Amino acid sequence: MENKKFITKLKNEYLGRTYAFACGLFIIILTLSIIFFIFTKGIATFTKDGVSLAEFLFSTVWKPEGSPKSFGALIFIAGSTLVSVGAVILSAPISVALAIFMHYISPKFGSKVLQPALELFVGIPSVVYGWLGFSILLPMLKAGFGGIGFSLLAGIIVLSVMILPTIASISADAVKVVPANYMEASYGLGATRWQTISKVIVPAAKGGILTGVVLGLARAFGEAMAVQMVIGNSIKLADGLYSSTSTLTSILAMDMGNTATGSTWNDALWSMALLLLIISFIFILIIRVIGKRGE
Amino acid sequence: MTSKQKDKIWTGILYVVSIFVVILLLILIGLIFYKGRNALNLSFLFGNPKVAEAGGGIAPMFFNSFYMLIVSLFITIPLGVGAGIFLAEYAKEGRLTDIIRLCIETLASLPSIVVGLFGLLVFVKMTGWGFSVLAGAMAIALINFPSLTRVSEDAIRSASANVKEGSLGLGATTWQTIAKLIIPIAMPQILTGVILASGRIFGESAALLFTAGMSAPPLNFDSISLAARSSPFSLFRPAETLSVYIWKLNSEGMVPDASDIANKASAVLVMMVLLFNVSSRMLGKKIHDKYSGEN
Repeated sequence: MENKKFITKLKNEYLGRTYAFACGLFIIILTLSIIFFIFTKGIATFTKDGVSLAEFLFSTVWKPEGSPKSFGALIFIAGSTLVSVGAVILSAPISVALAIFMHYISPKFGSKVLQPALELFVGIPSVVYGWLGFSILLPMLKAGFGGIGFSLLAGIIVLSVMILPTIASISADAVKVVPANYMEASYGLGATRWQTISKVIVPAAKGGILTGVVLGLARAFGEAMAVQMVIGNSIKLADGLYSSTSTLTSILAMDMGNTATGSTWNDALWSMALLLLIISFIFILIIRVIGKRGE
Repeated sequence: MTSKQKDKIWTGILYVVSIFVVILLLILIGLIFYKGRNALNLSFLFGNPKVAEAGGGIAPMFFNSFYMLIVSLFITIPLGVGAGIFLAEYAKEGRLTDIIRLCIETLASLPSIVVGLFGLLVFVKMTGWGFSVLAGAMAIALINFPSLTRVSEDAIRSASANVKEGSLGLGATTWQTIAKLIIPIAMPQILTGVILASGRIFGESAALLFTAGMSAPPLNFDSISLAARSSPFSLFRPAETLSVYIWKLNSEGMVPDASDIANKASAVLVMMVLLFNVSSRMLGKKIHDKYSGEN
């Protein structure tokens, strides 16, 4: 009797509960194993091949085949940083403007036109962005500035379009939850709509907007294909906006398939993957701190 | 300048910015379809690619994109829904739940190229499968996992709100309530999320470069085995998808009409993404109507 009861209970509850619990646990295992594998591969450059961490982080000499060999990744680190910060500078003001417009100026146009438009922007695959950049933006840049078109600037423009929906939709959520009585109080004091928006709404939604900006930055930093297709991939520091360079992701996409496993060159690429992983952790931490402060 | 004038000017600026973004999207989508307007022809959609000769088609890559998507959904739906059930119904607020949420955030913000490299290490090399459908499907399942977990959690939470206590009161166990009542109610909403995510997965490329590989063997539909390498349904053959093909055309360009093919393939890709987008929207609306009693 006791036994039968247990079997029924097993069928009706324990099996399902165990399954759900296992799935939850699996998320943790997966995350830890990604960290573990990328980490063990990524530190081989320093432990096995004897490249110093300072050289990797601060040297601009990337000569994986030269003699003497040198594995400085600063060119790529700087490239990734410049291109993503540039994209955010271009994209953030537009995104915040969209968020405000959607909620305070014309909610109807916002929900009927802008919202679906942003969803479409998200839907366009990154290779298509890259291809559009390559086949439309580069000829335009060539016509305007001369040269070859492949440049930091092209990367910034393509990325700024790609991260626009991320920043805009999170900022929109943030301005949406600003309590209506803030606005009413401001209007009641005789403030105009713009004064209310700039002095009350935006400051009140600051945390959420900042979260959107950081997420946009993170997305730009990790984007690989679109950037690789327009930035030119030359192994040198950018000496201006209209100058070709490389990023962490673009060099990974290009070289990972062509290098022999176990070579220092290959190991150095894994170190860059580890660096990308660490940077994405830092972004999450920043977002958490912003979120905590807002509470 | 009075504050009234300032208000007018800024309102004008916000209008201009919003309309600019919508026009930009229309131009981008318009250009994609205009440049790829010849894509809808049978010899392109169902033809095999050619080597060093113009006029090739995209049949194998198109098939691979779909097949990979379906295989990855088989992996990710059970896991994502399971994890969603756990978070919505079983997890208690506390340390473990916090850690799971942190892990979800971490997974969601990983650059997709890092996921691809993890896939290269584990699914391609450690398992010995080589570049394969299964390795690629696992990599994109990993990308989709966190978002599907969130979608399922939300759907289950809102589905269980009204029915849970009644069911428990009738003597059903928690799992019986979930399996027989909550999941069927939550299913349409989960499905909407799945379709939307499918659009994103369909265009994914960075995670597939080093997992599914960059070659697409011609398909021979005589065999339907899941294991034989020559079969189109084989899980263990390399499978270049449409988006990876666009990238490869751009970087290697081994056919004379590479840019023409890339134009047309981009149009096909965006069309598919739009299709996923529209169908998930329609499904979402249908659910909304059903629940709000308008139909």
